Amino acid sequence: MECQECHERKATLHFKHIINGQETKVSLCEVCAKKKGYLTYPEEGFSLNDLLSGLFQKDGIPLNAAGTANSNQPKQPQELKCSSCGRTFSEFKKAGKFGCANCYASFDSKVEPILRRVHAGNTKHTGRIPKRAGKYIQQKQLISSHKEELKQLIEDEEFEKAAVLRDKIRELEKANHQDKEAGDNT
Amino acid sequence: MTLESFINEAISPWMLEDGPDKDIVMSSRVRLARNFADKLYPTSGNKEALEEVLQFIKKNYIKEEDTEQDSLTFIPMKQLNMIEKLVLVEKHLISPHLIKHSDYAAVLLSEQEQTSIMVNEEDHLRIQVYYPGLQLKKALEEAYYLDDWLEEEADYAFDETKGYLTSCPTNIGTGMRASIMLHLPALVLTKQINRLIPAINQLGLVVRGIYGEGSEARGNIFQISNQITLGKSEEDIVEDLESIVNQLVEHERMARQYIYEQSEISLEDRVFRSYGTLKNSRIIDSKEAATCISNLRLGIDLGIIENISENILNELMVLTQPGFLQHYANKALRSDERDIRRASIIRERLNLKK
Repeated sequence: MECQECHERKATLHFKHIINGQETKVSLCEVCAKKKGYLTYPEEGFSLNDLLSGLFQKDGIPLNAAGTANSNQPKQPQELKCSSCGRTFSEFKKAGKFGCANCYASFDSKVEPILRRVHAGNTKHTGRIPKRAGKYIQQKQLISSHKEELKQLIEDEEFEKAAVLRDKIRELEKANHQDKEAGDNT
Repeated sequence: MTLESFINEAISPWMLEDGPDKDIVMSSRVRLARNFADKLYPTSGNKEALEEVLQFIKKNYIKEEDTEQDSLTFIPMKQLNMIEKLVLVEKHLISPHLIKHSDYAAVLLSEQEQTSIMVNEEDHLRIQVYYPGLQLKKALEEAYYLDDWLEEEADYAFDETKGYLTSCPTNIGTGMRASIMLHLPALVLTKQINRLIPAINQLGLVVRGIYGEGSEARGNIFQISNQITLGKSEEDIVEDLESIVNQLVEHERMARQYIYEQSEISLEDRVFRSYGTLKNSRIIDSKEAATCISNLRLGIDLGIIENISENILNELMVLTQPGFLQHYANKALRSDERDIRRASIIRERLNLKK
């Protein structure tokens, strides 16, 4: 069906007027519908951000953490605010973007449900670790995987192998502890 | 400017190289989002922080003398005019977002245009690596190399459990978006694509048109990328994506064969009509051009048309974009002027032969 206004584009929007019980139908394309004032949504349309902030609103977290529960006491509403960039949680919800690395810690408890929703229930990173600054973390993960192996060896009663692995873990832990202290001092 | 040199500008050198399944897979791309730990994000809108990041990059990563890394050129967005910026977007070297915030934005571009690092986009750094054909793993390796190089001078915003802390929660974790561009005319023609897209979506992958978010699939070109960035390693994401793409490539090949065997004459008709339109039209809009170019490329792939380079799809897709047309004309053009210009540039290109 072509647009009744420009007769060029395809009509994608159909409007029904009921005035004094009289029904009339109009079929328009998006451009003409906008021109005639049928569409009132913002210029840029519906963006990913709108979708995202929609998701966040669904958490049922009121914009002001204090809410209206205690209207008798005119207390200053305590809204979550990032201490390093000053972004408030409602600003984050509106924009769908964090303002700095610290925002994650500032909004911590509220971020996790969001991440879960966006990433199919996942909340833990299992991928790459920065090569230079992440050495400590890499070591730590190596140690914990060794510890899992150790448990298995003990269960299997492979005590000799377990003893070797235990010593290795001790060594790694010692080295990593020193690394961490060195890292903390810089 | 001659048309030849102009075409050379439209085609990034890496596109001319060979790659696996290049008849269907146009390119593989890996993008990593990274931020510095101690600086406010571009999304904060803090101008001093943005300027600081820009200066930091310039100081630490741009070498004056010729070194191994020197192939990266630092281009502040402020230095470019609107058409030049548009051209970079159409070549997929920068994002439209980078243009919108161009006062403090820049791009580091490699000579082959295979690598681009956007500075002060939504995140401090967006590392982007392209490879021709289906070569996601290679692209990932190259991106890792650049990632390590950038991390040498400054600490990234990284958390042990949340991974790379990106400004948008949709990128957190790996910060990686891997995507593959595919030309799937036969799957569209046989309408199989309508069944395949929902199935692919269910696997946590996104299918969309060529020019990124929200654009339709012009010229039967689709982009498939990962949706989830948290909870899966980069290698797993890449492997899953590649295995899906391998299946799509196989289906596309079968569909091409099927169409060719079942209805050779109507396929030939379609291809030659499109060829005729491209060779003869005096006014052509971008949508019609995209459809015809796609048909022509299919004809070349199936051996129906000879003596035309198979790079025609890549070339003309970029050449006929608004930014490039205006760049070639060396002035701003209205959309009706562009349609005329587009028709003429296509005719000229097809007369070049090869």
